[in-house]
Amino acid sequence: MADSQLLTDVRALVGREYGRIYAWDEVNAPMIRQWCEIMGVDNPLYTDPAFAANSAHDGLVAPPAMLQVWCMEGFHLNNYAPGSTTENPYEVLKLIESYGYPSVVAVNSELTFERNLRPGEKVYYTTRLDSVGDEKTTGLGTGFFVTLVMNYFVEHKSGDEAVGQLLFRVFKFRPANNHTVEAAPAKVEDKPVVKRPKPGMSDDTRFFWEGCDAGKLLIQRCTQCQTLRHPPAPVCIECHSFDWDSVQASGRASLYSFVIMHYPEVAPFDHPNPIGLIELEEGVRLVAGLVGVKREELSIGQPLQLEFQTFDGELTLPLFRPVVG
Amino acid sequence: MTLQNTKRFDDVRPGETLPELAIPITVGLVTGGAIATRDYFPGHHDLNAAKALGSPHIFMNILTTNGLVQRYVEDWAGPEARFASLKIKLGAPNYPGDSMTFNGAVTGHDSATRTVEITLSGKNSMGNHVTGTVALVLP
Repeated sequence: MADSQLLTDVRALVGREYGRIYAWDEVNAPMIRQWCEIMGVDNPLYTDPAFAANSAHDGLVAPPAMLQVWCMEGFHLNNYAPGSTTENPYEVLKLIESYGYPSVVAVNSELTFERNLRPGEKVYYTTRLDSVGDEKTTGLGTGFFVTLVMNYFVEHKSGDEAVGQLLFRVFKFRPANNHTVEAAPAKVEDKPVVKRPKPGMSDDTRFFWEGCDAGKLLIQRCTQCQTLRHPPAPVCIECHSFDWDSVQASGRASLYSFVIMHYPEVAPFDHPNPIGLIELEEGVRLVAGLVGVKREELSIGQPLQLEFQTFDGELTLPLFRPVVG
Repeated sequence: MTLQNTKRFDDVRPGETLPELAIPITVGLVTGGAIATRDYFPGHHDLNAAKALGSPHIFMNILTTNGLVQRYVEDWAGPEARFASLKIKLGAPNYPGDSMTFNGAVTGHDSATRTVEITLSGKNSMGNHVTGTVALVLP
């Protein structure tokens, strides 16, 4: 249980606003070019004045993901640019730490942009302690999710302009195992590469997997009575004919049912691992992985769209993704 | 330089996937990325400091992850796409010697604002380093 005095002290800080932290340098071409170089960004919008002038942006802009970079303190700890606040926007973390939660891990970084920054602009941000959650226990340990919101502005003579925002969430915690500072990740070199299991293939099912390799979802069809069937089988379920061919599914489908597999965590699958019973618009159902889904947003009957993904460079599988908007 | 055309909103389909991109994680990328984002936290450049924190090696900083996410989406969308948001959740650390592979797909398509949402993941040998969404306004 969290100390009640800690909770009282923390709650008193929530909602507090902290003063400005200024950028050391105005938005500038050398820092942009060096950032692009290391990131492998080759968009001329950031580095080629002629291209940028003729673009929809009417001139050079800074890469959006650099928003935070401008106001970083730099080499010397807590050495912020002149004019910056002397308040510590992270004081809540120190407070929580003083009650025996020494570790911290970043969980979310959510940037939103009003517009791109331009060379020559002077940036600052202010910080608000948005929320501190109830004490939670995760795989890492026990502690608190702390959410800070930084609002970024550009200075103008006519009044400052909001240009973007960062929502930053950390987990400030007491490690589950007191002997390690953070949950020790497996060593990279010790990690065997686990491949996706391959399907068994027979004369009845070969067409299906070869179709996947070609980016087509094929459904078996009885050539006598035209009944579609899946999974593949040698004999028509309606008229018992052995004669069949296949038709290509449109890829439009809906969610008939699903399961989210949480445990055990089987490599190399994502976990939790969402698996759907998919009803194709042609009328047959198949079991396939779901991608781009959030558990709380899944609903029976929702429209899905087929896509193929190739695993380990050799196994192409049909997967289904929710149709949005 | 051969310029890729910026994708038009009307040419993007929900469910469309982005090409996979594998990025080797090297000491150079982790330290260079940290310095290019003015992040001098020792765990991003000092092996002994990283080990003292319980990590087997130096680890990539968040601002570099953000930059690589921008690159992945921008490579696909083209030079004039406007980023409206870049929201990530952090997972397994990126250590030198590993490789991170991005996958993504179009999961949102709002014609009123000509905004598409890309849902993506960057996975290394331990699992997802990053998952998230990017909202782009397209011409």
